[in-house]
Amino acid sequence: MSERRLAGGREIVLPMSKAVEISFRSLKIRFGRSLITTSGVILAIAFLMSVWSNNEIISSLRNADKSEINLLLQKNGIETGVTEAGDASAEAKARMEEEQSKQTWLISLSLLVCVVGIANAMLMSVTERFREIGTMKCLGALDTFIVKLFLLESTFQGLAGTSAGIVIGFALTLGLALLDYGGYTFTYFPVSGIAESAGYALVVGTLLSLIGAMLPAYRAAKMEPVEAMRSDT
Amino acid sequence: MTETAPDEVAVQEQEAEKRTVVRTQQVKKTYLMGEIEVHALRGVDMEIYTGEYLSIMGPSGSGKSTFFNMVGGLDKPSEGKVYIDEVDVAQLDAYELAWLRCRKIGYIFQSFNLIPVMTALENVTLPMVFAGLTSDEARDKGMELLGKVGLGERHSHKPNELSGGQQQRVAVARALANDPAVVLADEPTGNLDLRTGTEIIELLKEMNENSGVTVISATHDHKMLSVSDRVVWVKDGQVDHVRNREDLDIEVTHVEGE
Repeated sequence: MSERRLAGGREIVLPMSKAVEISFRSLKIRFGRSLITTSGVILAIAFLMSVWSNNEIISSLRNADKSEINLLLQKNGIETGVTEAGDASAEAKARMEEEQSKQTWLISLSLLVCVVGIANAMLMSVTERFREIGTMKCLGALDTFIVKLFLLESTFQGLAGTSAGIVIGFALTLGLALLDYGGYTFTYFPVSGIAESAGYALVVGTLLSLIGAMLPAYRAAKMEPVEAMRSDT
Repeated sequence: MTETAPDEVAVQEQEAEKRTVVRTQQVKKTYLMGEIEVHALRGVDMEIYTGEYLSIMGPSGSGKSTFFNMVGGLDKPSEGKVYIDEVDVAQLDAYELAWLRCRKIGYIFQSFNLIPVMTALENVTLPMVFAGLTSDEARDKGMELLGKVGLGERHSHKPNELSGGQQQRVAVARALANDPAVVLADEPTGNLDLRTGTEIIELLKEMNENSGVTVISATHDHKMLSVSDRVVWVKDGQVDHVRNREDLDIEVTHVEGE
């Protein structure tokens, strides 16, 4: 019976352009609110990016192995004199390894902060719109439609926030490095390393924003409309 | 044979007139609140006919809203069946359910539930977008509907720039977006003052008379009584009694006489 009826109607498809338009405008209108959400992403990514790019700059300077740079590095408490050729003492090597593990710890920590910060921000932004999702379902939106809207919205938001975070994180690190090492920073500037870090940060930030938004949006889309509308209040 | 023919025609006419659009069979709904089972509905049989204006009345907690949600395909019964246009709602998959909500049913809520970031026109055209209309078609139809509810001038206003009554008018226009068979109104006057409430009721009645759309409204607003073709009283999760328009008129005059 239902198939016969369904055959009479046109298939419901949401044109991509319309979806982009709706989600983009939704972000624009909620600018203030989405700015707060996005700032969570920005801060997390800025932290991640500053840790990564700092690593890159320092290892690049260390690999240069110039005495005047080594002096500056040592002043900042960074072990020097160990190059890939490796003619350093066992003691220096041990300290080097210790530092390495400290770095790994710092990076994992920054990633964790990133995950929690972004997931929380995106979860909040979707949860406060459960009523809207319920309403859209009442109006005949397909689950996929709702998920698509949030997918787009969180991608835009994630991309914007991540890009801003990368720029801010990098700028801060660069500023600090310039203070400590002056012109050497540019002489041995690790272009490819920084670019790589930025690339990773972009992927991490955008993916996390997506996942953080998708899970609650998917859950809301699967709900019966009344449930979705009730859970808001 | 020749004598029975007119009768048959008459019966057929009557049947055609009373085509069922929503039918419920022993609908039950049980919620689990902690350890306690709450029986919101205890088996409701109901037939709602095309083109009628039906009010569901009852105090809060009577199961009125639950019944209303069942009829609108917004919630699934624990037991029993709901047929909308002779289609068993429980048998529908997500896609078909969305289609049903999009094309067959228009919803009006107590709290308006307009999308806050969209203008009046965009709110009205949203269901049309879901139904696959092009932007131009949707805009023309949306403007026409807004004109019908008397808000043609205010199509570019956001919900928070409109009064409660105006927001509900937008909601009425939105409910009619895809020419539904049924309009479901859940306490449409609940958040409105007496005068704007009356206006919304009149608007609904007008739509009911002009376009023949079936209106089902859950309410405890007694202003609804005078426009309803039928009123169903729900009490303790069951249909307490049903009154037709003729009986209602008598009752209303009787009350006024006192």
